[in-house]
Amino acid sequence: MALKIVKGSIDRMFDKNLQDLVRGIRNHKEDEAKYISTCIDEIKQELKQDNIAVKANAVCKLTYLQMLGYDVSWAAFNIVEVMSSSKFTYKRIGYLAASQCFHESTDVIMLTTNQIRKDLSSPNQYDTGVALTGLSCFVTPDLARDLANDIMTLMSHTKPYIRKKAVLIMYKVFLKYPESLRPAFPRLKEKLEDPDPGVQSAAVNVICELARRNPKNYLSLAPLFFKLMTSSTNNWVLIKIIKLFGALTPLEPRLGKKLIEPLTNLIHSTSAMSLLYECVNTVIAVLISLSSGMPNHSASIQLCVQKLRILIEDSDQNLKYLGLLAMSKILKTHPKSVQSHKDLILQCLDDKDESIRLRALDLLYGMVSKKNLMEIVKKLMLHVDKAEGTTYRDELLTKIIDICSQSNYQYITNFEWYISILVELTRLEGTRHGHLIASQMLDVAIRVKAIRVFAVAQMATLLDNAHLLTGNVQRKGICEVLYAAAWICGEFSEHLENPMQTLEAMLRPKVATLPGHIQAVYVQNAAKLFATVLKSQEGNTEGTAAQETSQLMIDRLPLFVQSANLEVQERASCILQLVKYIQKLQQKDVEVAEEVCALFAGELNPVAPKAQKKVPVPEGLDLDAWINEPPSESESEDEQPRAIFAKEEPKHSRPRHTEVDEKELARRREARKQEQANNPFYIKASPSSQKVYQEAPGVEHIPVVQIDLSVPLKVPGLPMSDQYVKLEEERRQKERAEKKKKDKKKRKEKRSGRGKKHDSGPESEEDITPAHMVDIVTEEMPENALPSDDDEKDPNDPHKALDIDLDRPLADSEKLPVRSHRAAEALKSPAEDGEAESAAPPELKKKSSKDKREKKKDKDRDRKKSKEEKKKKKHKHEEKEEDLLGGQADEPVVQPEETSEVAALPSSTSAEVSDLDFWLSNAPVPSNTQEAATVAEAAPVPEAASCTAPDSEPDEPKDTELEETKSSKHKKKKQKKEKEEKEKKKKKKHHHHHHHSDGGAEESVQNGTVEEEEPLPPMSNYCLLAENSYIKMVNDIQGNLQDGSQVVVSVIFENKCESFLKSMEFNVLDSLNCKLQRPEGSGPHDGLTVPFQLPPGVSNEARFVFTVQSIVMPQKLKGTLTFIVKNEDSSTHEKLDFKLHFTCTSYLITTPCYSDAFAKLLESGDLKGSSVRLEGVNMPFHHLLARICFHHHFSVVERIDSCASMYSRSIQGHHVCLLVKTSDQTVSIDAKCDEPTLLGNVLDEIKQTFSQC
Amino acid sequence: MIKAILIFNNHGKPRLSKFYEHYNEDTEQQIIRETFHLVSKRDENVCNFLEGGMLIGGSDYKLIYRHYATLYFVFCVDSSESELGILDLIQVFVETLDKCFENVCELDLIFHVDKVHNILAEMVMGGMVLETNMNEIITQVDAQNKMEKSETFIFQSTRQDR
Repeated sequence: MALKIVKGSIDRMFDKNLQDLVRGIRNHKEDEAKYISTCIDEIKQELKQDNIAVKANAVCKLTYLQMLGYDVSWAAFNIVEVMSSSKFTYKRIGYLAASQCFHESTDVIMLTTNQIRKDLSSPNQYDTGVALTGLSCFVTPDLARDLANDIMTLMSHTKPYIRKKAVLIMYKVFLKYPESLRPAFPRLKEKLEDPDPGVQSAAVNVICELARRNPKNYLSLAPLFFKLMTSSTNNWVLIKIIKLFGALTPLEPRLGKKLIEPLTNLIHSTSAMSLLYECVNTVIAVLISLSSGMPNHSASIQLCVQKLRILIEDSDQNLKYLGLLAMSKILKTHPKSVQSHKDLILQCLDDKDESIRLRALDLLYGMVSKKNLMEIVKKLMLHVDKAEGTTYRDELLTKIIDICSQSNYQYITNFEWYISILVELTRLEGTRHGHLIASQMLDVAIRVKAIRVFAVAQMATLLDNAHLLTGNVQRKGICEVLYAAAWICGEFSEHLENPMQTLEAMLRPKVATLPGHIQAVYVQNAAKLFATVLKSQEGNTEGTAAQETSQLMIDRLPLFVQSANLEVQERASCILQLVKYIQKLQQKDVEVAEEVCALFAGELNPVAPKAQKKVPVPEGLDLDAWINEPPSESESEDEQPRAIFAKEEPKHSRPRHTEVDEKELARRREARKQEQANNPFYIKASPSSQKVYQEAPGVEHIPVVQIDLSVPLKVPGLPMSDQYVKLEEERRQKERAEKKKKDKKKRKEKRSGRGKKHDSGPESEEDITPAHMVDIVTEEMPENALPSDDDEKDPNDPHKALDIDLDRPLADSEKLPVRSHRAAEALKSPAEDGEAESAAPPELKKKSSKDKREKKKDKDRDRKKSKEEKKKKKHKHEEKEEDLLGGQADEPVVQPEETSEVAALPSSTSAEVSDLDFWLSNAPVPSNTQEAATVAEAAPVPEAASCTAPDSEPDEPKDTELEETKSSKHKKKKQKKEKEEKEKKKKKKHHHHHHHSDGGAEESVQNGTVEEEEPLPPMSNYCLLAENSYIKMVNDIQGNLQDGSQVVVSVIFENKCESFLKSMEFNVLDSLNCKLQRPEGSGPHDGLTVPFQLPPGVSNEARFVFTVQSIVMPQKLKGTLTFIVKNEDSSTHEKLDFKLHFTCTSYLITTPCYSDAFAKLLESGDLKGSSVRLEGVNMPFHHLLARICFHHHFSVVERIDSCASMYSRSIQGHHVCLLVKTSDQTVSIDAKCDEPTLLGNVLDEIKQTFSQC
Repeated sequence: MIKAILIFNNHGKPRLSKFYEHYNEDTEQQIIRETFHLVSKRDENVCNFLEGGMLIGGSDYKLIYRHYATLYFVFCVDSSESELGILDLIQVFVETLDKCFENVCELDLIFHVDKVHNILAEMVMGGMVLETNMNEIITQVDAQNKMEKSETFIFQSTRQDR
């Protein structure tokens, strides 16, 4: 063996390393491919060796080759081998290779789960780091599911280096395994306030990324982010937060109001351009969201525009670009403020930088007016001619069309000019936007009636010169224009000067090389033209001309009948037969023109593209119901009931219809007609209007015969748009002159000196009258069109799965799958016991939803043989929290700090929302908020303050009272949050282990500081305080970590009767040692008003703070609750006496403790011992531990077999250590504490707990 | 999110490619070629942002690049990243390389692409910015290199023992 290793090492010295490989490749420039293939052969040999160093070297080289484009997926298994090396050096090589070439369909990935898990829990932070980095690149849904819990644990790692990586990778985990989002979110949120700036930044990063996709779920975090924004100095974090606010403001305008001030401050103060820019961007977003119904923030807009102008004028092209980009956002809502910078933007159009020109183009859209449209478009046309590169030219083209067509051609005064522009654009080489031009032509021709004569003439010329458009293969996009040309010439053929010539042009053999859908239009419109020609010819000659025309049709149409395109073929053969019939009639000297024309009679009206979608579904119409009994399977696709809304009979289904028997068909048609006739919203089909709006599919794929044209493409006889510009100017000049004359006549003043200047002075929009009065037909819309027309989101968007309501309480089934103990498997299903551990994880997954425990870092892996039983936990506090999260069924996890407070609220979400409302509506300045909170904290009896109102106005309507209840809750939350922060500062965790559900019936909570072999029974610390026929009170007592003399009593009041309970007052008789904290000014015997009322069947929780002097003895306080029971007709005063029992346990606070610290504590000798034996305890050991942990606020330090050490601390800092052993139903507890009385009492209480069960 | 990080030289030879989304090898090469084509034809004094690129991106994505001597550093990012921020990040990246390699030049990247990857891994993880503080990055990189060295030392010494 040793020899083998040595041999391997020697071999390695002769192997090429990465540097040699690179050098070799550089030395073999001519036969690189050959050289690399020999290298790959070598690598394959190296991979076969046992020596991991050789393998790693080979994998390292493969990573390089992968970058050069070589597929190395064949070595995936070897990469996994290298990944699993125990040496960091090789591990890193392996993970790098994996991150470069593994992906979801790499099958060996499933072999890596355990290895990655091992690395994640490695004691070496860099092993963990490397595994996280690698995993971030190739995480699959399976890996995400299996490792989510491990990664979540790492989020609370002691090393910030690991924490930040773990936090960041959670985003990838969420993407792949959306179910993990809700369980992991509370911790993620917690990381926003991590002491390490890197971790904080990572958390901000992840939440921003999440919130960007589904902002509404993260609105409740706004206050937290607001705090971060006002406190953070890290520009990266600030930028992210500010960007996030940009995404949130559209959802909540009040947030915008709050943001404006701090953002403007930042704009003024920051020197970092990146931050300034993002601030401006978000202010813009805010202004956009505020633009409706808010007093104008003109100052802010001015500030933004000003700052942006500075950016645009900067010599740094980057700033210029970004300035323009942001400007275009302002443009949408505040065009006026941008328009004043037109000069600057036009200047940018001439910039040599294409990116900047493109941005300037975007802005131009909002700059145009009736006055300058022609001028701007002329400038753009010049750019079109100069432009190199089709992308930019295409962009110019679409912009020209956008600019001209915007708001229903609002700015076009001369449509002849516009048609000419469109025709000129057809001469663009290689544009992809033929269909865009075509649809513009159609739109203008249809909607502007006055322009039809001109348009038809232009289109006829286009058709005549069609060869110029179709000739070059480069120009295939543009032949779409012919589609429009043919249709316009056909439809408005009465305006044609020489219809015969156009008809001939449309029937040329070359037409057959056009794409099918265009040919189809040609054929159809040839028929229309034919009708027009017949009409004119029959009128004036003896009929031979007409017969010749028919003959022409009959001669040319067969070409189309042979077309491969079904549509063309069908139309052509149909029309051919028609013409043959007409010819027959003509030969009999029958006048047919009238009848032929009738075929195409009727005006086509433009229909809005979305009109069809907007037809409201009439009441009582169920579109999913069958109109007839369901047809057989094969036809179901064609015969969707929806078809009644299609405008034309679905052509595509025709071939299949032949299978259906005629009777059935007729019956269906009849039914459909009936339906349509009865449906007032049905848009009567017109023969071709629909087609006009159809997008022409796949033109690019149709081969067009290629003819190279060396002559410049100048279509003869086409007017130049420039002429119109001149004409227009002249016209305006004339108008102005006339106007001036009138003015002069009126005023009779001499202003000869200034006359000329006056001419060129600014003229208002209204002065410009359109060249011809145009009647722009608006697009038709169905009556009662549905206003909303949301564009559907892309259903394939992976982020859609992350649209998860984070405020909803976590359900039991949502817990993250956790690796569970193998013994658990044995207990549940002995059959699976024999399975190898490596194969276990997939098996465990199914059960893991029930298992709340997870194995922790294996501390002494080397020494211990049976791993399963001897796992040690390093991060108990983390686990505990996790368990809390994992185990809770009824609690709002998003705000775990509130769990003890919001008891049985109708819905925690509403509480959440109202919390946000509170933040948004009050406390405009953050410092105030904090102060207020601190005040509340200083006097932690917020109930008392807020409850006087309901007391003094007992007959206040319910609504306002609810309001008040809410606000009091806000305060409580504030206070609580504040506490939470303090707790974090002290780096101590304090968890409330009480839980509840409505009515307190099924309370389930599991504190899991123990590895557990089977699910724990539900537990609750809430114990019955008192009960009568009206009300039931349960309570729990928790120590306050911040103040060694305070305990908090949470009482859940449940209304058991049918009446309304109000004016509840809670009072206790203080003892010397224990006092209820009352608001300032109230006497020592006054009661506290419970800050809510209880409708029938509702329960709610209130908290009361007590001051305790000595905590070593348990004690009881007598108390009374008085309340009013209000029925519809009467109200009675009732009272309920209770005894509040302060156990010593309630002074203990769950505090994690490491085993080394624990050992030191025991060694110190300051602690006094005591012990107790429990007989006949018949429960599994882990249940026993869990009960001690849960009911008595202990945490497990270490557990070995049936022996465990546990720790807790009192609010006054006493250490309590337990050593619990069990054998045969006997449990012995040896305990040590620096306060023997306290210890004695705690032990008694523990004993009592177990005697009860 | 960062979709890809590419480094190539003035002739379009890839020096580092890191894709945070999976493409097959051929597409990757095409993307590198296309990106090089887009970036290389731009003048020195134009802006560092670029839209388009058919293969990578789409409307939400931008190419943000910097040109240093013989190398182009190109980041393909979506709209959640700050443009100027990414430019700064590239600067940090290059400065870090400069510190780690002591006057970095193209040859360093050619022969030590694995090291460049390791440095990058401390800055960007799974397409998200991990660390922007140069000192922190260098500390972590150095610590890992030290570990690597100690491992090779152990390896060699055991070999000598035998």
